[in-house]
Amino acid sequence: MATSLQTLHSKLQERFANIPFTANIALNELTIEIPTAHILNVCEIVRDEFGFSQLIDLCGVDYSTYGQADWDTQKATNTGFSRAISPGIFKGGEDKKRFAVVYHLLSIEHNQRLRIRAFAETDPPRVDSVIPIWNSANWFEREAFDFFGILFDGHPDLRRLLTDYGFIGHPFRKDFPLSGHVEMRYDPDKKRVIYEPVSIQPRTLSPKVIRQDNRYAT
Amino acid sequence: MPDIRNYTLNFGPQHPAAHGVLRLILELDGEVIERADPHIGLLHRGTEKLAESKSFNQSIPYMDRLDYVSMMCNEHAYVMAIERMLGITPPIRAQYIRVMFDEITRILNHLLWLGTHGLDVGAMTMFLYSFREREDLVDCYEAVSGARMHAAYYRPGGVNRDLPDRMPHYRASQWHTEKEVKALNTNRQGSLLDFIEDFTQRFPKFVDEYETLLTDNRIWKQRTVGIGVVSPERALQLGFTGPMLRGSGIEWDLRKKQPYEVYDKLDFDIPIGINGDSYSRYLVRMDEMRQSNHLIKQCIDWLRVNPGAVKVADHKVTPPPRETMKGDMEGMIHHFKLFSEGYCVPAGEVYQAVEHPKGEFGIYLISDGANKPYRLKIRAPGFAHLAAMEEMAKGHMLADVVAIIGTQDIVFGEIDR
Repeated sequence: MATSLQTLHSKLQERFANIPFTANIALNELTIEIPTAHILNVCEIVRDEFGFSQLIDLCGVDYSTYGQADWDTQKATNTGFSRAISPGIFKGGEDKKRFAVVYHLLSIEHNQRLRIRAFAETDPPRVDSVIPIWNSANWFEREAFDFFGILFDGHPDLRRLLTDYGFIGHPFRKDFPLSGHVEMRYDPDKKRVIYEPVSIQPRTLSPKVIRQDNRYAT
Repeated sequence: MPDIRNYTLNFGPQHPAAHGVLRLILELDGEVIERADPHIGLLHRGTEKLAESKSFNQSIPYMDRLDYVSMMCNEHAYVMAIERMLGITPPIRAQYIRVMFDEITRILNHLLWLGTHGLDVGAMTMFLYSFREREDLVDCYEAVSGARMHAAYYRPGGVNRDLPDRMPHYRASQWHTEKEVKALNTNRQGSLLDFIEDFTQRFPKFVDEYETLLTDNRIWKQRTVGIGVVSPERALQLGFTGPMLRGSGIEWDLRKKQPYEVYDKLDFDIPIGINGDSYSRYLVRMDEMRQSNHLIKQCIDWLRVNPGAVKVADHKVTPPPRETMKGDMEGMIHHFKLFSEGYCVPAGEVYQAVEHPKGEFGIYLISDGANKPYRLKIRAPGFAHLAAMEEMAKGHMLADVVAIIGTQDIVFGEIDR
């Protein structure tokens, strides 16, 4: 398995020598990162020349709080630890662009998987739609638009998919609160369902903490 | 010449044939479907967002509630994704238990599919028969985890408990007399494995019964043959997996092609269809039930003679035994840390897929080294299948839409997440 991944890795590197391209193998999975401008071109080539006939999954990712934790456990202080309720007090990790689209491809012919990641350069994020290459992208792209506000150029029907009719905002962005902005209830006086601003305070049940573990040090 | 316009019909969201909460906007020309626009999300709970605010173990019960007719298979993908990132391998006995329960789950799912698909096209008896067998299988779930549906039994590093030595018994009540209870308890005298073995011996005959009712049934064939035909090329384009892909004649099963746990040590076949219509998919799923039954038997034989641990001994990931927790300082710290903060998973990303009864169920997990997932994406097989609804239904009659929903094996828990 690993050897065939390495062969694929070197073949892809050879084929895409002319575009900015990074690839790495981790946990027996090959990930390539390409600029959004080349997405259509690369996808078409991997489908036709490398046999990735199936788009298994497409999803958006918001990297804006990557590597940030609620609790600084790295350095000792003389004031004791914080109360672990201050989001983003600990900042690690490198700066990445905010939104990425991740494609998971499957080749039934060669029994291989490939992950393609493209970071959106612009704001609002725009990526070319891959529907002409894999028809299954349709709903996956609608979902990524709904949850992250990523716009897919060339999508024939970019409507919201999973959120409520008339929903405002993109709920899976990291700056969208878990409890949302509005709550819904039936109003007996108006005899209809009404929306109101949420009445519950957002709270942290278990703080997010990043710990250095030497067992997993690479 | 009168002005003839298409008729727009709202199907659902509360319709018994919609398998949950599906709203379909159908554009009809007479009785023929011109356009079908599924509106989903009525069961959207934001599982992926919720998982981002909880430690890894706290999200396992959410996985049960995704596809709520194949609970343990959902857990399996999630648990395996975490295990791969942590770099731990569960003990071999735990792997056999997982495979056995995966296959029990597959039968459980296919029985529900068979019952409801039958009911959709008018075969009421199927529903009653399949729920009779499901009862025994949910009893297995209950015996092993305490819950009949939402088990939360698989854990990173193994399974929660070993299989029980004793099967719970029925007790006499105002609904059951002593004599009835005695009859109900006849196959519950031994261990859980004895009970499952008894089931596997009875089950092939039950499948024969179902086939007697349906396979050559004229009405059943009229409703399924040539309905929702998907060519192999289109099935790949549309991202089909599982029985939907195999029904179109593509031999692809992750249990065989990318084996996980102990599937490579077990003997089973992959049934495939020929025509890619609802009837082919029906035959594929019926045969899958027989194959699952065969797999369960092999697991039982192995589990009987190979006792052992069912969880890794690393108490950073699995809770220490109760006695250790009460009597040993380190055990207490492990217990406290595990249930309050959880464990940190090394930074990275993984995509773990399993052959779920409905298709490829995948978990894409991104970790930034914290005790919570940074991003969890659930790849639900039914999502891609329902997206192809319009293509499959176009040109068919209104009544066939129901048969197509049935053959796609739609469950909204996983589609809406």
